[in-house]
Amino acid sequence: MASKVIHALYTDDDVLMDAVKKVRSEHYHIEEVFCPFPVHGLDKAMGIPHTRLAITSFMYGCVGLTVAILMMNYIMIEDWPQDIGGKPSFSYIENMPAFVPIMFELTVFFAAHLMVITFYMRSRLWPFKKAENPDVRTTDDHFLMEVDAGNHDVEKLTSFLGNTGAVEIKVIDKQEDNH
Amino acid sequence: MYTLSNRLRLFSIILMVVGLVGLIIGFIDRPGSIEEVKERMAAHDAHGGGHGESEPETYSGNTVHAEHDLDKDSHSGDAHYEHILHQLQNKPWASLYVAAFFFFMIALGVLAFYAIQFAAQAGWSPVLFRVMEAITAYLVPGGIILFVILALSGFHVNHLFIWADPEIVAHDKLIQGKSSWLNGTGFIIRAAIFLSGWLLYRHFAVKYSRKQDEEPEGNKWYKKSFKISAGFLVFFIYTESMMSWDWIMSFDPHWFSTLFGWYVFASLFVSGITTIALITIYLKSKGYLEFVNDSHIHDLAKFMFGISIFWTYLWFSQFMLIWYSNIPEEVTYFITRIEDYKLPFFGMLVMNFIFPLLVLMNSDFKRVNWFVVMAGIVILCGHYIDVFNMVMPATVGESWFIGISEISAVLLFLGLFLFVVFRALTKAPLLAKGNPYLEESKHFHY
Repeated sequence: MASKVIHALYTDDDVLMDAVKKVRSEHYHIEEVFCPFPVHGLDKAMGIPHTRLAITSFMYGCVGLTVAILMMNYIMIEDWPQDIGGKPSFSYIENMPAFVPIMFELTVFFAAHLMVITFYMRSRLWPFKKAENPDVRTTDDHFLMEVDAGNHDVEKLTSFLGNTGAVEIKVIDKQEDNH
Repeated sequence: MYTLSNRLRLFSIILMVVGLVGLIIGFIDRPGSIEEVKERMAAHDAHGGGHGESEPETYSGNTVHAEHDLDKDSHSGDAHYEHILHQLQNKPWASLYVAAFFFFMIALGVLAFYAIQFAAQAGWSPVLFRVMEAITAYLVPGGIILFVILALSGFHVNHLFIWADPEIVAHDKLIQGKSSWLNGTGFIIRAAIFLSGWLLYRHFAVKYSRKQDEEPEGNKWYKKSFKISAGFLVFFIYTESMMSWDWIMSFDPHWFSTLFGWYVFASLFVSGITTIALITIYLKSKGYLEFVNDSHIHDLAKFMFGISIFWTYLWFSQFMLIWYSNIPEEVTYFITRIEDYKLPFFGMLVMNFIFPLLVLMNSDFKRVNWFVVMAGIVILCGHYIDVFNMVMPATVGESWFIGISEISAVLLFLGLFLFVVFRALTKAPLLAKGNPYLEESKHFHY
């Protein structure tokens, strides 16, 4: 099924922010906004729910901590106990201070790397992926707002978008398969 | 303009009076002779574990320890009791010192934070400047009181610093070697230099801030503030480090740690930031500071979270190296604390690290005022215990307990702190309206 979307291009992030607020207050649906750089507060203005990436990061950190504890326990206590500096390693808890740096490092390592990988997967980014942005200028100095035309009057919508400061407006017939 | 409510004034005066009375009782209640110590210890044993003021766990630990020592010292008679006598005679002095230093360090931490805001030309914080200035007002009375206590201790009126006792120094080669630094006169001169430097900066920083309000054109006074703040920070980080050796580390004159200055700095910094957050939230709840929004609280809470972790990092860096190398002259410091101060030593880690870590980790919680207040109170208590752990083991040893003199000393200085800080708040408008970054700060949002 084909659907109509409208691409409105802006050249300034402040104008874009105002436009997003106006479009939303008129109850049009913004599909996506493509920006050359992150615009502070845009997610809130678009009404996108808060990211849950932080929660995954916390869970990955917990996994990392657990891995560190199990790994050090196996390596240093169970498999090959040694006497380092007069501290024979027969008990994890008694030698714990020596393992804290590793516990910390692996917590950070797991949290950081897995969070980045999660972010890529969630953003549907992987090697050799074809770029999704509809206009190459959004990688340079243009901002593109994709508004769902739906059942709205396209004429009215385009003139409304023109009033919000868009420098270029295009009506696009879109195949509903690439999402 | 803020006006000091009568209730708050009365509350702080009551705190001071109660604290003063309790502290006097604590001083009078000190055992005067070895016989009295013996009597009290016998009474303790008869009561079993039921002394209301003492921690049950450490109490039982203490008696075991005491009995053990008794057997050992049986031939030398009263030596052990004399030891305990000295510890108990030190106790009110030490608790006075801990509380005086703790509240002083809050104000000092705020002063450093304030100077950093200027030196960094921070745009988010100018709406909080008047709160910070008011908190640093405590430096004047707090500094004078601390100076008097230090002078008394440095010249051996009490027995807090053993390096100030000529009899002990005469038999102690290590302290003799350090006596060119650790002597009463030098100690007092240094304290005077530190305190006057800090107070001088405080005086001019506040003065320039007020002048900037009156004539904001050209930001003449703001630029002066920037310059003295940058200069102060250089002065501060050297003097703060030396202050921590003098005022805290010299309680254990045989022991040393090269990152001690940073460790004390982290403690005073986080306590100061927490106090800014608490007083800001209090003032907001009373309808003042309408220009302070959630994002400012959020940023303060981020600092509380971050510096708590920084404190833990330094604590652990200090602990792990000493624990691992296990050198007798170094490791005794932690052995004393783990054996005799188990609960406050590990309790402090929970309060200063695990609790803020878990409570303040979530971004949304940092904007919930009661969450920040709860975390803040725990952090402040935790850092009081941190100072307690730094001072008490060397001054009262295993005879510690949180008793009447500790609580009274905290109440006394808390009352004074609240009185001075909230009175200072009434002295100037709560908005530093001449600051060039004020508009940015008002519209600050995260």
